[in-house]
Amino acid sequence: MTATPPPPALTPSQTVGPYLSLGLTWPDGPDVVPAGTPGAITVGGTVTDGDAAAVADALIETWQSDPAGRFDHPDDPRGAVSHPGFRGFGRVPTDDDGRWAVRTLLPGALPGQAPHIDVSVFARGLLDRVVTRIYFPGFAEANATDPLLAVVPEERRHTLLAVPDGPDRYRFDIRLRGAGETVFLQL
Amino acid sequence: MTPPLLRPPGYVPVPEGTHPPLNSPGYRSTGLRAPAQQPIVLPHRLTEVTGPLLTGPVRPGDDDLTVGANGEALGQRIVVFGRVLDSGGRPVPDTLVEVWQANAAGRYAHRWDNWPAPLDPNFTGGGRTLTDAHGDYSFTTIKPGAYPWGNHHNAWRPAHIHFSLFGRAFTQRLVTQMYFPDDPLFAQDPIYNAVPEQARHRVVATFDLDATRPEWALAFRFDIVLRGREQTPFEEPHA
Repeated sequence: MTATPPPPALTPSQTVGPYLSLGLTWPDGPDVVPAGTPGAITVGGTVTDGDAAAVADALIETWQSDPAGRFDHPDDPRGAVSHPGFRGFGRVPTDDDGRWAVRTLLPGALPGQAPHIDVSVFARGLLDRVVTRIYFPGFAEANATDPLLAVVPEERRHTLLAVPDGPDRYRFDIRLRGAGETVFLQL
Repeated sequence: MTPPLLRPPGYVPVPEGTHPPLNSPGYRSTGLRAPAQQPIVLPHRLTEVTGPLLTGPVRPGDDDLTVGANGEALGQRIVVFGRVLDSGGRPVPDTLVEVWQANAAGRYAHRWDNWPAPLDPNFTGGGRTLTDAHGDYSFTTIKPGAYPWGNHHNAWRPAHIHFSLFGRAFTQRLVTQMYFPDDPLFAQDPIYNAVPEQARHRVVATFDLDATRPEWALAFRFDIVLRGREQTPFEEPHA
């Protein structure tokens, strides 16, 4: 008689450490769309710690729908709408001042959800990634009924909203800890 | 009712006792960086059950870290291999695996690493590959050295290789470290020990004599398990 083997147990997470750029940075990492793409926007900001000091060794990753709210992925049965060069994924290390930015397109609304970008933050001192979401101020009506925003305490909701920062630019600062701490999400 | 096709099954929850707590005081850098507030639960919807299916960045030779610009990297040559599975036991094929590590002397080829161990001009320490149709991957590299760090008096990191995995969904993303068996530095390392005790063995590779390459390289097996799929479609509460 053979027993069914137990399902394998999950591999624990560990920090990326300070030298993540040796393995995780790509020259085109910040380019969710190539330069010159019509409608391209820049989304970026700073990452700061509990002393409001810049975090110069973090990595930001973004994942989002295309402007039609679709994903180039088998689990989106509707399929992607063609936006040449759109990767959906962005990856950028912070610079010496804790700054990061990606070039992308505004995400579209998803069924029952406001347009958003999922964000992973990795850094020395983070034993697992922390996850947050970027929403955009131009979608006030959709934001008002978004099911995640609805469960975030009102006084913290602003930490998930990008701020217009010039033409085609949005600012999204990430405060890992302390005053104005960004809302982080458990997946 | 939302069309069920747009509410695909989510991913199984992470059991208690899997990941290290973000607030792990023994690892000093957590003090100012780990969030103080509790996270808010994000049910798995379309953005979370999809993810980048990346193949683009991998070039031939990226899975062999021993080939330097002007010769072979110094150190004990090893093969690090294994299978990427999900917690349902299914292989994860065609997924990007990225690694980075210190050289044989325990030094990273990074501008911030300046402890007095030699750099190796033929070792940059970064590699990447894709799993095959069975979820298997393999790297050829050198065994990294241990190195001191400033966390506490006479702190040394056990030898390790950093691993980054995507799986097929945002929810499956994982960055971890692979350690070598029986490292005497485990007991004093707060990063390794931040993993709950019963889960620590899962970040330690096993020496695999059968997989060694005679007259060439030692071999270590490191299987990696990502979150698997819920069996039934995720039911969202009605508003």
